[in-house]
Amino acid sequence: MPLTALEIYKHLPKKNCGECGVPTCLAFAMQLASLKTQLDKCPYVTEDAKLKLAEAAEPPIRLVKFGVGENELAIGDETVLFRHDKTFNHPTVYALAIDDTEPLEELKRKIELANNFRIERVGQLLKLDAVAIRNVSNDAKKFSEVTKLVQENTKLPLILMSNNSEAIEAGLKQSSVSKPLIYCATSDNFDAMLNLAKNYKCPLTISATNLDELVNLTQKAKGQVNDIVIDFGAKSLKEALETLTTIRRLAIKKSFRPLGYPVITILDTKDKFEAFSQASIYTMKYSSIVVFNELDWAMLLPLLALRQNIFTDPQKPIQVKPGIYEIGKPTANSPLLVTTNFSLTYFTVAGDTEKSKVPSWLLIVDTEGLSVMTAFAADKFTPELIAKTIESTGIKEKVAHNKIIIPGMVARMTIKLKELTGMEVLVGPRDSSGIPSYLKESWK
Amino acid sequence: MSSKSRPSCNEAKAVSVKSDEKMAVEIPHEKWSGKIEEVALGATKEEGGTRAKKITVGGETTLPFLTFEGALPHKPVIAIEVHDTVPTYPDSLREIFEPVWDKPEQWAKVAVEKWHADLICLKLKGIAPDGLNKTPQEAFSTVEKVLKSVDVPLFIYGCGDEEKDAKVFNECGELIKKERCTIGLAENEKYKSLAAAAMGFNCNIVAFSNIDINLAKQLNILLTDFGVKKNRILMDPLQAGLGYGLEYSYSIIERLRLGALLGDAMLQMAIVCDSTVAWDAREAVDESYPGELATRGILWEATTAISALTAGADVIIMRHPRAVELVRNTIEKLTGKIGE
Repeated sequence: MPLTALEIYKHLPKKNCGECGVPTCLAFAMQLASLKTQLDKCPYVTEDAKLKLAEAAEPPIRLVKFGVGENELAIGDETVLFRHDKTFNHPTVYALAIDDTEPLEELKRKIELANNFRIERVGQLLKLDAVAIRNVSNDAKKFSEVTKLVQENTKLPLILMSNNSEAIEAGLKQSSVSKPLIYCATSDNFDAMLNLAKNYKCPLTISATNLDELVNLTQKAKGQVNDIVIDFGAKSLKEALETLTTIRRLAIKKSFRPLGYPVITILDTKDKFEAFSQASIYTMKYSSIVVFNELDWAMLLPLLALRQNIFTDPQKPIQVKPGIYEIGKPTANSPLLVTTNFSLTYFTVAGDTEKSKVPSWLLIVDTEGLSVMTAFAADKFTPELIAKTIESTGIKEKVAHNKIIIPGMVARMTIKLKELTGMEVLVGPRDSSGIPSYLKESWK
Repeated sequence: MSSKSRPSCNEAKAVSVKSDEKMAVEIPHEKWSGKIEEVALGATKEEGGTRAKKITVGGETTLPFLTFEGALPHKPVIAIEVHDTVPTYPDSLREIFEPVWDKPEQWAKVAVEKWHADLICLKLKGIAPDGLNKTPQEAFSTVEKVLKSVDVPLFIYGCGDEEKDAKVFNECGELIKKERCTIGLAENEKYKSLAAAAMGFNCNIVAFSNIDINLAKQLNILLTDFGVKKNRILMDPLQAGLGYGLEYSYSIIERLRLGALLGDAMLQMAIVCDSTVAWDAREAVDESYPGELATRGILWEATTAISALTAGADVIIMRHPRAVELVRNTIEKLTGKIGE
């Protein structure tokens, strides 16, 4: 929760020395409150004040990281209950669980599978994020061997899953360099797990079957281990949705620190479809990590698309790269259509053009992710810009007919565009859904 | 974790605790002032109709499925779509639908008896003047056959051409009058003849707006000013498919529902979402994407439907029986025994 200037001022030295760049401590406090300066500009602030201010300035849900390098994952740090309020910051992490009791071949197959769950969509890389290793054997040596194998064969961050602190330690010895997430400390193994998280500097999952106990455990950990992920072991989907909502509300609306941590959910069902529906709800409603027993592309692709949708910043729509797109296999005689780079506009127009079965050129103009009408109204989809894009893409060399089809909504730019480009400007349908019949009838 | 053992409170204070102190978490409860309108679908014998049972939707005083702080008197329900002409479904759906897709009454029967649809949504695309241009008499005959073959409540959607839809609904008026059908789609510029038909023939009406909360509200105002009762209107805020703008629909539905619960009477209509749009996505129908196609398509539609439910939909229109089954199970898991 942001602090007010007065609350910050209480912790400042009140010397009014001006060395921070502003004349008085109060003015400095006001700048801090509006995030215009940093506390370390003050040479006289005490360590104690630094600690208190830093704690108060922490996000309502702690940012926790695990894994290293380019695959490092960041979860938590959410600030709203509804994505339309601002945005959801850190997409739900999808992890595939591997049991340490599985035969070597099966282990290798699953690791390979996890590594290959990657696909590009709307210019973004979508992928499986992590591998969870489950100590089903309850044997520390076995867990150590399997962790070693996984560690050697994937760069994906790991989640080490055992209630047995000896097994976790054995796993950490193999993998602590890549900063795995420990799962999990409970009231039964708490001190041992806490010490492991401390000694190996890895984030720790704290698990309890009710919120009161969970709070008591996170409070116990506080100051010793701060990178915490919480697990409440839901017994039903309904209970999970209610509890996830409650935790998010407590953290965000009540600044309730003891539950201000990202939440992990372990899918407990063997039914693939049921696991899928749970995962989709946990993605929309506040789970930071979902651990799957099994996964295949048919399941994962819709989930990745859902996650991409839900975690899109409502203020910054997904855009496609401006330029020329080929629909089907266009030739020099194929029609050339122009539209904006708002992803939804692009996909709709591209889809409808494809439906027409007329191979086409699609020219995408950079309208900063605005749709046709919005961009036109905001002067971001102008004849000048279209003309410039025609030039820069060299599309004129690819078509022999010197014609361009514009959206019906912007018919008004016809004359100006003709003037600027010397092309024959055809007015297409007002709605993208009219493209198939338009192309079939009007493009001969 | 059971919530009922804990004290409820409107304003749980952020508690500061020392680390050695045991504490009980106070669960924050939202107290909403608004309530969603209850809409009755279908009429039974007692009410002069021929439906086996009446289905009521709406009535919520809480966000979707959060019954620990408000009421969810009726479960969301699923309508399966049936077309009056052979639809242009993707090839992957041919096997399932081909046996019935040229016989709407058979299709409806299978949808209810085998696929357990709560409702049927009959889409009369075949009446479109720029398409097959079926006559109002043909539409009448289709509606009559479907009403005879199933005993669940019926949604009937026209083709979107205001003049033709008016003719069709007038033709079917006496037939549907006693069945408390739901007709659509009313839109901003063209709602009057449909609203008149709804009022004249005792139908509910679906008000369609294009992912725009202000338009949705405006249309509700226009319809109620026209004389349609609030509890005879369902809102369709346009469901965008998974991967193709789903997030816009998701947020609009959430905002509609929040606005309604906060007390805006012109947003308190029940919400209907058409998830069959999911099948327009390439990923749902195209072999070239990874993953077994049949399952991928089913889950593509199911995700679209589940997102609408999670945001606040009361009625979901769906296509694939396996997706319907998954979504129905999800509703069961989220509601338990409500409404039975």
